[in-house]
Amino acid sequence: MKRFHLAGLAALALVMSSAAQAQTVKIGVMLPYSGVNADLGTQIDKAFDLYVKLHAKDIAPYKVELIKRDEGPPSGANAKTVATELITRDKVDILAGVVFSPSAIAIAPVLTQAKKPLAIANAGTAWIPGLSPYIVRFSFSMWHPAYPMGQYAAKDLGCKTAAMGYTDFPPGKDSTEAFKTGFEKNGGKIIESIPMGNPAQVPDMTPFFTRVKDAKPDCFYVFIPSGSHASAVVKYYGEVGLKQAGIKLIGPMDVAPDNKLPQMGDEAIGAIVMGHYSKDLDNPANKEFVKAWEAEYGKNFIPDFMSAQGWDTMAAIFDTIKKLKGDFSNGEKVVETLKNYKGNGPRGQISIDPATRDIVQDEHAMQVVKKADGSLGLKVLGTVKQVKDQCKELKVGRCGGN
Amino acid sequence: MIGQIANILVDGLAYAMFLFIVSVGLSVTMGLMGFVNLAHGAFAMAGGYVVLTATRYFGVPFLGALVITFLVIGAISVVFERTLYSRLYKAGELDQVLLTIGLAFMAIAGITYLFGPIPQHVVLPHWLAGHIDIGLRTVPTYRAFLIVVGFLLVIALWYGFERTTLGAKIRAAVDNRRMAQSVGINVDLLFTLTFAIGSGLAALGGGLSIHLLGLTPTFALVYLVLFLLVVSVGGLGSVKGTLVAALVLGIFDTTGKYLYAEAGGFFIYAIAMAVLLIKPAGLYGRE
Repeated sequence: MKRFHLAGLAALALVMSSAAQAQTVKIGVMLPYSGVNADLGTQIDKAFDLYVKLHAKDIAPYKVELIKRDEGPPSGANAKTVATELITRDKVDILAGVVFSPSAIAIAPVLTQAKKPLAIANAGTAWIPGLSPYIVRFSFSMWHPAYPMGQYAAKDLGCKTAAMGYTDFPPGKDSTEAFKTGFEKNGGKIIESIPMGNPAQVPDMTPFFTRVKDAKPDCFYVFIPSGSHASAVVKYYGEVGLKQAGIKLIGPMDVAPDNKLPQMGDEAIGAIVMGHYSKDLDNPANKEFVKAWEAEYGKNFIPDFMSAQGWDTMAAIFDTIKKLKGDFSNGEKVVETLKNYKGNGPRGQISIDPATRDIVQDEHAMQVVKKADGSLGLKVLGTVKQVKDQCKELKVGRCGGN
Repeated sequence: MIGQIANILVDGLAYAMFLFIVSVGLSVTMGLMGFVNLAHGAFAMAGGYVVLTATRYFGVPFLGALVITFLVIGAISVVFERTLYSRLYKAGELDQVLLTIGLAFMAIAGITYLFGPIPQHVVLPHWLAGHIDIGLRTVPTYRAFLIVVGFLLVIALWYGFERTTLGAKIRAAVDNRRMAQSVGINVDLLFTLTFAIGSGLAALGGGLSIHLLGLTPTFALVYLVLFLLVVSVGGLGSVKGTLVAALVLGIFDTTGKYLYAEAGGFFIYAIAMAVLLIKPAGLYGRE
């Protein structure tokens, strides 16, 4: 009798737990929580948490559970193990996050094999979505800002020649390739292309910058991973005297992310970046986002484009939970829903291009300016509407195979 | 052309001085005590955070903060030396490596807990922020300052080692520890003192490098490779060796990056390899 009783209890527990599982979507979050780039992970992590906190009620009776793991160093060395563990041991329904391109590249085969979707919240190497049909990207491709920046530099900034400096890893090559294509199509000429060290450490960039100064281009396009490199670039730019020499500092928004502006000092003023988000962006969804962020994390912790990407990524997952009524058992269905996502977030209107599973969004040319209160901010100079990833449109290199 | 050479020399010299300041402490402790101290970068990193705390939260002027960090980290390192390091002087190198790398990881975790992983910056005093004109070109004042500090340190260390009784005792202990002990030199005390000076110098280098490289908790490991490179090229325990190695590596690296930018940061390793192939014990190491 007693044994029977026990078996009954066990069966009951099993039924209850599986019922609970059907209600809860498990999201495996992969972000860098340690190392040089941990602050990048923090931006997205905080956005995920905030979105879940404010919108949990919208998806009732369904729930989400975030299982967070350290993505590891920018090399992608750790990512495959972490993704495999999240899928096989923690049985997550979907993966979200990934700051570094090498991580996304490393885990693509795992996703295909396990039929688990990944909603990318940052990793921007252009050809990543082509690596697995289970990848949908809510951040950007390196081409999103870089190609229009090339056009903008040649046409609007009147730069005839440009030098390029980049951190030596896949997104760096991608970004400079995109800038070069946009710039040369509009009559510009690239006179220098300089790899500037690896992403894990900020090198002394002085020799590179001195070389650029002596080459005297009209514009200096710099790609660096967002984070500690950004303030270094601006510092060397002023210190080596490129600003005084009249060489314009331009780049994707990684060169002047909102959360690094307070440390940059006046040498940053005048730099022009192309990007899809700034804290100062004027739209209702962004005002609401910044307000909620400051209420939760205080005024000193500033959201940047990564936070906006994290917010939109989670919004898309929540939207999918609603549409699929909490059923994430079929990975293909989840991808199908995610890749037809249209939404209105801090960045303004965004959508996913179902053909490439990559984002379509506005890109703004923004200049670093001193605001009335003395702090640095970004002023929108011009906007390119609903930019599609040109790498795939033009079938450049590995994007062609998509 | 002359302008280019001047550019490379000034930038290279400033970089070399930074390398020297951080590495000389490591060279002294590793050479003198025969102790593989991979936590040296952690002392440099901690020094950076002391400077940051002093300037940002206590309003101490930058120069004062550098002195404070030298003293504070030097004093803290004595605690470590007495309680942990001294137990492993006779142990194998592997044990020493494991202990010190463990300390480095703990330092990273501790500092991340206190300050967070976000990169930190110091605001330089006004007189260090601008440029100065040296005739050929204008030089960032901070770089000129680094060069001056480096040379002052070279003189101080040279004088300390070559012209004082303390220096003579240290040299004696380096050359032959047992003989030094038998003539009545208190080698243990000497080791503690030297270790404190070495760690203090690391902290000083850490504080000085914030403006150049930024500061995150991982500084402890990220730049350790550079310091070890300087020490091995220079030869263990030699101030002169460390200086020459820092100059060679710093200036060659800068020249390489300037002239052959496409090769990126490859030059510093190429030079180090070339030197070590010819002189495995380093430029001024004892074979």
